[in-house]
Amino acid sequence: MGVQEQYPFDVGAIRDDFPILDRLVGGNPTSPGQDETDDVDLVYLDNAATSHTPDPVVDRIADYYRSYNSNVHRGIHQLSQEASVAYEEAHDVVADFIGANGREEVIFTKNTTEAMNLVAYAWGLAELGPGDNVVLTQMEHHASLVTWQQIGKKTGAEVRFIEVTDEGRLDMADAAAKIDDDTAMVSAVHVSNTLGTINPIRELAELAHDHDGLIFADAAQSVPNRPVDVEDLDVDFLAFSGHKMCGPTGIGALYGREELLEAMQPYLYGGEMIRKVTFEESTWEDLPWKFEAGTPSIAQGIGFAAAIEYLEEVGMERIEDHESLLAEYAYDRLTDLGGVEIYGPPGDERGGLVAFNVEGVHAHDLSSVLNDYGVAIRAGDHCTQPLHDELGVAASARASFYLYNTVEEVDALVDAVREARDLFA
Amino acid sequence: MGTGSDMYRQQILDHYKNPRNYGELEDPDFTHVGENPSCGDTIKVDVALDDDGETIETVAFTGDGCAISMASASMLSERLRGMTVDELDALDTDDVTEMLGVDISPMRIKCAVLGRQVAQDGAKIHRGELDPDADRTRTEE
Ligand SMILES: Cc1ncc(COP(=O)(O)O)c(C=O)c1O
Repeated sequence: MGVQEQYPFDVGAIRDDFPILDRLVGGNPTSPGQDETDDVDLVYLDNAATSHTPDPVVDRIADYYRSYNSNVHRGIHQLSQEASVAYEEAHDVVADFIGANGREEVIFTKNTTEAMNLVAYAWGLAELGPGDNVVLTQMEHHASLVTWQQIGKKTGAEVRFIEVTDEGRLDMADAAAKIDDDTAMVSAVHVSNTLGTINPIRELAELAHDHDGLIFADAAQSVPNRPVDVEDLDVDFLAFSGHKMCGPTGIGALYGREELLEAMQPYLYGGEMIRKVTFEESTWEDLPWKFEAGTPSIAQGIGFAAAIEYLEEVGMERIEDHESLLAEYAYDRLTDLGGVEIYGPPGDERGGLVAFNVEGVHAHDLSSVLNDYGVAIRAGDHCTQPLHDELGVAASARASFYLYNTVEEVDALVDAVREARDLFA
Repeated sequence: MGTGSDMYRQQILDHYKNPRNYGELEDPDFTHVGENPSCGDTIKVDVALDDDGETIETVAFTGDGCAISMASASMLSERLRGMTVDELDALDTDDVTEMLGVDISPMRIKCAVLGRQVAQDGAKIHRGELDPDADRTRTEE
């Protein structure tokens, strides 16, 4: 076996940081946690939905609750100061990680979806109107697709979709035709969570900017597993979620260019985001706090920064290489199995996920059978229903990899897929 | 091993691969379509009643979906024959899982009950108890 020898880092050592990877499954799914009815090894291949959280990150979150839990920005007392410093510095960690100029450009949100809605409401409702258009791709996640679709209805702006080629790539000629002088925003997914396609965000940014439009990159599936730099990509906005990158749920980030965020009005009002309030008027806090109304997700923000530090220690290039290795291996092995249709570009051109269907087996049945072998994958439309309509299928199965996955786990997937195929044959 | 492979006992696979009463009726007393958007399961049920207008004479269905939803609709199409519309109305989720004869994992229950829900909603529309503009049935929260 040569493939393991190509691992860019010590995967075994990484796995030691994730005790959940050692658990058994197969028993009663209605009672959380492992018990004596569980009897097969977990093979977790649903990382595009959410990733696991390593001990150093869990410890950092626990440490906050155990030793300096307190509200931020409000107190003069020591705990509040400690919490405020840690929470604020977490913004610096995120800013550094994606090449932003500073914490002013990083707003903590609940997730990618909320980041998208923040821009759609705070910028879109104010700026869009009849005659304008917003250009998306056919491979958008519902987080961006539904949001802009509905903002389009509210404002009268037209929503256009750049087509996907038969090979699962973005049709850049169509992009050049659809992005025009009336384009106010291009909102595009960086790495497709269904096709695995890595989209040319920088080229789209150039098209958008040539027409005085803005560009928003949905980086939910790229920031977790490859180096992403907002200046290299030349984006105006970018969003991602902590829970897909070794962090906790309930935290994500919106990057926005400072002058754009400065010009935007708040999306949520309340405490923490104001400077001066009278019965008649209010003024807003500086960035990024202007967009973080109410008590934020403090422990999650601190855990988010810890996750980034964890990933940086491994190295983003190496994580990217590891994912590519597994994706290509999975692509080849599933192709060799026969009767498997894989969506999206070839194995050497994709992010770390493979969505597919097995002839004669509904994706939900496949996932149920795989679950018996301990193999956790996603089955359904992965929040890209219109893309699935374009593909002509109602649902697909998706295996998605992360830094702790192994070649043996891909083999377990392929073996289980073979069993399922034979069961239904 | 979990509920998955138990879920695909011979009987389920048989009904999935060879669905009974698959097709359409010439002259149904009522017809209804339902779907399960997240799975893409779609089922259309045709029901013909006896002259009494109460007893189910024949059932046919067509559809597209997972093994659980298709096998369940197939078994139900046999089971409903001779039942009254009131009896159809009284069928609950337990009746469906009992009919299937296997444990259905919690995430798949909505697949298992789709056929029953479509038949029940069709009967309700037929009796004027449900707005036909709420045209489609969905088994999702
Ligand atoms: C490409 C893409 N965009 C957006 C999202 C939404 O992320 P979240 O649910 O964390 O808001 C996801 C994941 O679910 C995704 O894969």
